[in-house]
Amino acid sequence: MAAILSRVRHDTYPKTDSAITEPRLVRWLLILVAVLFLGLFLFMPLLAVFVEAFKQGTKLYFATFEDRYAVDAIILTLKVAAISVPMNLVFGLAAAWAITKYSYRGKSLLVTVLDLPFAVSPVIAGLIFVLIFSTTHGWLAEPLKEHNIRIIFALPGIALATVFITLPFIARELVPVMQAQGKDEEFAALTLGAGGWRTFFTVTLPNVKWGLFYGVILCNARAMGEFGAVAVVSGNIKGRTSTLPLYIETLYNEYNGVAAFTLASILSLLALLTLVLKNFVEWRVAKSRYN
Amino acid sequence: MTSNTPRENTGDRPISPTSVPKRRRERINRRVIPGFGLTMGFTLTYLTLLVLIPLSAVFIRTSGMGWEDFWKAISSPQVVSAYKVTFGVSFYAALTNAFFGFIVAWVLTRYQFPGRKLVDALVDLPFALPTAVAGIALTALYAPNGWLGQFLYPLGLQTAYSTTGIFIALTFIGLPFVVRTLQPVIEVFDHEVEEAGASLGASRLRVFFTIIIPALVPAMLTGFALAFARAIGEYGSVIFISGNQPMKTEIVPLVIVKFLENYNYPQATAVACVMLVASFVLLLIVNILQRWTESIGQARS
Repeated sequence: MAAILSRVRHDTYPKTDSAITEPRLVRWLLILVAVLFLGLFLFMPLLAVFVEAFKQGTKLYFATFEDRYAVDAIILTLKVAAISVPMNLVFGLAAAWAITKYSYRGKSLLVTVLDLPFAVSPVIAGLIFVLIFSTTHGWLAEPLKEHNIRIIFALPGIALATVFITLPFIARELVPVMQAQGKDEEFAALTLGAGGWRTFFTVTLPNVKWGLFYGVILCNARAMGEFGAVAVVSGNIKGRTSTLPLYIETLYNEYNGVAAFTLASILSLLALLTLVLKNFVEWRVAKSRYN
Repeated sequence: MTSNTPRENTGDRPISPTSVPKRRRERINRRVIPGFGLTMGFTLTYLTLLVLIPLSAVFIRTSGMGWEDFWKAISSPQVVSAYKVTFGVSFYAALTNAFFGFIVAWVLTRYQFPGRKLVDALVDLPFALPTAVAGIALTALYAPNGWLGQFLYPLGLQTAYSTTGIFIALTFIGLPFVVRTLQPVIEVFDHEVEEAGASLGASRLRVFFTIIIPALVPAMLTGFALAFARAIGEYGSVIFISGNQPMKTEIVPLVIVKFLENYNYPQATAVACVMLVASFVLLLIVNILQRWTESIGQARS
């Protein structure tokens, strides 16, 4: 899962010395195979989203946004992201700090636990919160009923499942950046008399700002796009607990393809923005490294 | 700089990394940078509350079932058929990704061609695109009247509402894992080793199969395992294209969802337990493979 995280590239210019590369024909054949495969499996689906969304003209495209349930779904999705991203931002900073600034035993175990949400199926990520908070079958059913608190089939459950799914992203993006930065500048600041918080805000944070920025954008995109985990905990009640991806499913199953693909196109734009930012951040990091 | 009085631990003078033994240096480090208690305490509390306790719910719930009920729950014909579909198709999708992912990673790192950067950026798309969006987009392409389906169906290829459809979705979501695992390894692969082989008279084909491929095997296996691990848990992109016919094209995550919809919590939890164990074993394998890859990289440099 770590693959989406930005990394420092060793962009050695591809060599074309005949002794250590393939014959020209083989080279072009391999490039053709790679481009065709990616075109078929990645580019075509992306293109399909936008073509299907605009199939019946821009008027119908924008008419989708007059649907009350669509607006409700967008608002709910924004709320979920507004809860889960800041939570995982604070966690990500604390975890990256604890992982990179000190040496202790059991660090690799900590990183493995941090990676667990990547390994768990989204459906199971939803199920675990149902097992705890469901008012019919959950561990906490009795106290929840007593105080009339709804977690499953409501916003808190959706937010919890989303926090679980997106938990590692910011921390995993920050750890290598902080590691590459080392601790020397923090040592210098502390030696000059700065306190811990001051060192963090004036030395560490500016150093990792691009990695942090990308981590937040990625976490946000995943939070807004989560489907499986949210499907299990939300109950998908139109206008109440239907997030954007869930409402896309509803529309699609109601044979309202244009509306489904219209909403899908918003999330696709968000995905494209994430990819652009990833490359921008990698370029920034590489540039600052060579300067 | 400020009116702050120097903190008491600044006397440790952390800058003299060579003169202090490693163990002592680490102890000094821990004391010099403040915030260990705060950040570690917060990290562990957060992980315990949001990851460890919720995940343990699956195992604790299952342990209350008794062996016989548990075995019955995880071996019903519908579930067994779903295991076969999930693990079988995930295997073939990961294998396809290992093959084409290698070609893509090789081409992107070794060759220069117009649009290379753009193609490279596109590789991450399955990570960033919500799974439900991928699901409906792939169905639009591969359904009988879809863009590609209309040409493939007359050829006898049932590309949607079949295991082929599941294969397409799982290949889509797994590709970046192989490419992004292989790319850094190919990037740092030493050209001199290839030059040595070539100067000793080996043909390019022989250099490729006896020098390059063996060095890339650990990374390829890692990428394969990552793609496979992601595929067995995948839900959103599959359910639209798979058709979800019981005993034929149902995947395990879908079976869990169906149990939940029927309020059959014990069986949902039991099957989830099996899948969690499978995921943890794969995570362990990936960790071992990654350590192997790194040790090869270190030995070379």
